[in-house]
Amino acid sequence: MKKIPMWRRHDRILGSDPKGDLKAELRLQVECKTEDLIARGWLPEAARTEAERQFGNILAVQLVGERIGEHMERRRRISEYYSEWSQDARYTLRILRNNPAFAAVAILVLAIGAGLNAAVFSVVNTMLLRPLPFPQSHQLVWFTAGKSFDAKVRTAGGLSAETYTVDVFREFQRTNRSFQDVTAFQTFYNSLQYKLTGAGESRQVDAVEVAGNFFPTLGVTPLLGRNFTEEETLKGGRPAALLTHYFWKTQFDSDPNIVGKTIDINTSPAAVNGPVTIVGILPASFDFGTVFAPGKKVDLFVPAVMDFWKGWGNTLAVVGRLKPGVTAAQAQDEADRLFPQLKLQNKDWYYDYASNLTTLKDHVAGKLQRSLVVLWCAVGLILLIVSVNLSNLQLSRAATRSKEFAMRRALGASRGRLIRQLLTESLILSLFGAVVGFAMAWAIVYYLAHQRSIALPLLTTIHLDSAALSWTLVIAIAVGILFGLAPALRISGTNIQEVIKDNAAGLAAGRSHERFRSILVISELALACLLLVGAGLLLRSFLRVLDVDLGFNPSHAAAMQTDLPPAANKDQLVQRADFLKSEIDRVSVLPGVQSVGIADMLPLDRNREWGLASVGRYHAKDADTGALVYLVTPGYLQAIGMRLREGRDFSWNDTPDNQPVIIINEAGARREWPGEDPVGKLAYGAGNKPSRVIGVIADVRESALEQNSSPEIYVPMTQNSDVEGATLIVRSSIDPDGLATSVLATLRSLNPSQPATAFRPLQALVDHSVSLRRFLVLLVTIFATLGVLLAALGIYGVISYSVTQKTQEIGVRMALGASRGRVQRGVLAKTLRLAIAGIALGTIGSLGAARLIASLLFATSPWDPFAFTVMAASLIAIALLSGYFPARRASKIQPMDALRSN
Amino acid sequence: MEKTRLELFRGTLDILILKSLIWGPLHGYAITGLIRRQSDDALLVEEGSLYPALWRLESRGFIEAEWGLSDNNRKAKYYHLTSEGRRHLRAESKTWEAYAEAVAKVLGATQPPRQETT
Repeated sequence: MKKIPMWRRHDRILGSDPKGDLKAELRLQVECKTEDLIARGWLPEAARTEAERQFGNILAVQLVGERIGEHMERRRRISEYYSEWSQDARYTLRILRNNPAFAAVAILVLAIGAGLNAAVFSVVNTMLLRPLPFPQSHQLVWFTAGKSFDAKVRTAGGLSAETYTVDVFREFQRTNRSFQDVTAFQTFYNSLQYKLTGAGESRQVDAVEVAGNFFPTLGVTPLLGRNFTEEETLKGGRPAALLTHYFWKTQFDSDPNIVGKTIDINTSPAAVNGPVTIVGILPASFDFGTVFAPGKKVDLFVPAVMDFWKGWGNTLAVVGRLKPGVTAAQAQDEADRLFPQLKLQNKDWYYDYASNLTTLKDHVAGKLQRSLVVLWCAVGLILLIVSVNLSNLQLSRAATRSKEFAMRRALGASRGRLIRQLLTESLILSLFGAVVGFAMAWAIVYYLAHQRSIALPLLTTIHLDSAALSWTLVIAIAVGILFGLAPALRISGTNIQEVIKDNAAGLAAGRSHERFRSILVISELALACLLLVGAGLLLRSFLRVLDVDLGFNPSHAAAMQTDLPPAANKDQLVQRADFLKSEIDRVSVLPGVQSVGIADMLPLDRNREWGLASVGRYHAKDADTGALVYLVTPGYLQAIGMRLREGRDFSWNDTPDNQPVIIINEAGARREWPGEDPVGKLAYGAGNKPSRVIGVIADVRESALEQNSSPEIYVPMTQNSDVEGATLIVRSSIDPDGLATSVLATLRSLNPSQPATAFRPLQALVDHSVSLRRFLVLLVTIFATLGVLLAALGIYGVISYSVTQKTQEIGVRMALGASRGRVQRGVLAKTLRLAIAGIALGTIGSLGAARLIASLLFATSPWDPFAFTVMAASLIAIALLSGYFPARRASKIQPMDALRSN
Repeated sequence: MEKTRLELFRGTLDILILKSLIWGPLHGYAITGLIRRQSDDALLVEEGSLYPALWRLESRGFIEAEWGLSDNNRKAKYYHLTSEGRRHLRAESKTWEAYAEAVAKVLGATQPPRQETT
């Protein structure tokens, strides 16, 4: 074999041609054979024909060759790609090892971005995206009564306006066609207090009464044992209970033999007394609180005896499971027709119970949607800032590596190869960041899932799953490409010669780099602006909410559940009043106690609605006469810190034999006696006889801090027996925790069966009520702080870099007489220009974006000038601060050194 | 000229090709010639099986190809052994020899095998 001379290589000048090569190879075969045959005496024509004949099907062979060739080509390309990639990866790891500071900063910044995103994604995924933890949960529908009321009345009616009577529930259950089954639970959990007795010191347990078909309808199967039987749900049936997994674990050490045994449970007022059979244990995956009552802990479930609740008004919350194939809209349609129809047949119904049907998922997560979307956007912004920041970091590093790149290009590396190298670097960094970030997200999620104080549904079920993992990876790769691509394109595009020569012309490229980096910093600042404005507005709303006049004073007061003796008739009611009086009297004299009172329900907790209608005033038929009702003892108003505007408090002399009296709030006075003094007037509200208004209190925020008061009536427990539990309020001059034991001992001395319960500070009610807002504000503020820090890092990077680049220039200027101050001012002015551009851009963006969070704000305009001013001022201050250090460095430049060094 | 046509067992062609390349790079036609001469005209490799076999060997990395000039100054694709191909050839020829020996023993037997004692 001889080498092909240079002049005969022309035919491959336009690149390789595998098919041509193949043909040439086969043609040579035929030609060689022909020549051989001629040499052996064949005629040329015949020789050629014979050679071709001997070859056989030349095309088929050619085809085989092409296939094999393609296969080889593909394999070669893959292995080449892989080897180049592993080269890049090794090189990257080496670079990162040699620049631990850069690697650490980049990975940390990335981890923050990826971690926050993964954590918030888990929250969003659990609450908005993932179905509820029930089989075929999309079939579950939540009923909200009061569709025909206007919104204001509905909120004023509290829970009572959204729930159903036993009759309505049963009728709908019987007549509807859209649902496989409709079930209910009793929303006034505390009407009956449950005590676990017989096992050591008696303790309070939290029970929820559910319809017999509650668990089957939800699709929850007991882990052990069985569901309630028909018989157990009837009046006089054998008392039964299902334990929650948690209660079973903590109270009974997960003893499987507990099923079938009885425990002693007492309720007051008595509905159950004595042994209750444990018929089953619910699975750990079922958490009533997370779905239906965020923050509520439930120990056991008992059957709601419908015949018992029949006369109690609106108490049932209703959930239905749609038949397969029936949509929520169809069910709504049926309900819209059915409820008015049922009302016509049942004249005694309070109203038509027109209902809004929403999927259970929407009911649980609907209110959160906007908050969560805001959170999601906020972490998205963080991620953008992270990418921009890393882009910037990568650029400044790349600038110092420009010689390396120029050399590689000069040695024959293609532009694509360099871009790939840089992308590999950023992707590897992102993956490292993702790993660290995922660990961070795990910690955040673990922390969140163990916050019982935050009233967020499903919060306890949050965990990192494969979806969150994939999301983190997607984010890491996206960020890697985002922050790697721009610098890669820019660097690889620079002029090789200029860089290698490193003369003044190279500065042009430097300038364009700097312009690009300035744009990056400006956008970073603008993004930080958005976050700051959002956080500012939310924070301001939060402070405004905390500033709201509650109408009561939560500090230095605490609540404890207490027992009530039964009061089925008037004599018992009098006895109960005596009992309450002695309880209050005894607790009042404890050292440190200032005032004591008892109420059945507390503000910002659950509530119920009766009515308030002034006597002698015309009420239109559909006029709203609803009012929230609280049964209280004398002294309660003072103990909780409600302010009596006029009139007097209840006294122990307001007995059943005397004139029934009530106290109302200002909202009630405004509605029923506009412009008049209500004290001394008569009104229907509690009981059948009109009651006399003896006092008016300042409005109380009873359902949420953000909501204005609706009319309320306060009814003395001495005259009315219809209580919804009993809570003792103690106002003290010392820390209520120190009082807990002595108060409990005092209650025990009067009533040995008083269960052990903890003091709950009233502040906890307020905290619980604002927990969602606090959660949102806290997170958004953290995000904004991070965003600003990252932006500051970006500014510092750019200014610092430009000072380094201009060392010579600054040296010349100083040599020519520029003062230190002047140099410093110059650098700061540049910083300021960047900051102002960023803020201007960010402000414009924020003005638009603020409208999106308007519905989350309270008493704050989305264009709140204060928030915007503070944002701008703090950003400028931070920008100047991050520009100050490079500026000082610039002013310290020694002209001679700067000129000598290159 | 009468030629004996021997059916080549599958896999045999591969080692013949590898063996013929052990003397130096050759192009396809030269390989057939070499095999023919070396076997005293007994083995005639057909083009239809030679080239696919060559390409497969190339794709498995046992041989590599390079364009060069033939004796009569034509551009031809020359194949040469890679070190992996050499290793393969060594291993395969051992197997082949063991096989051939075994076949020869059976065919050359003059008496039935002795009874096996168990």
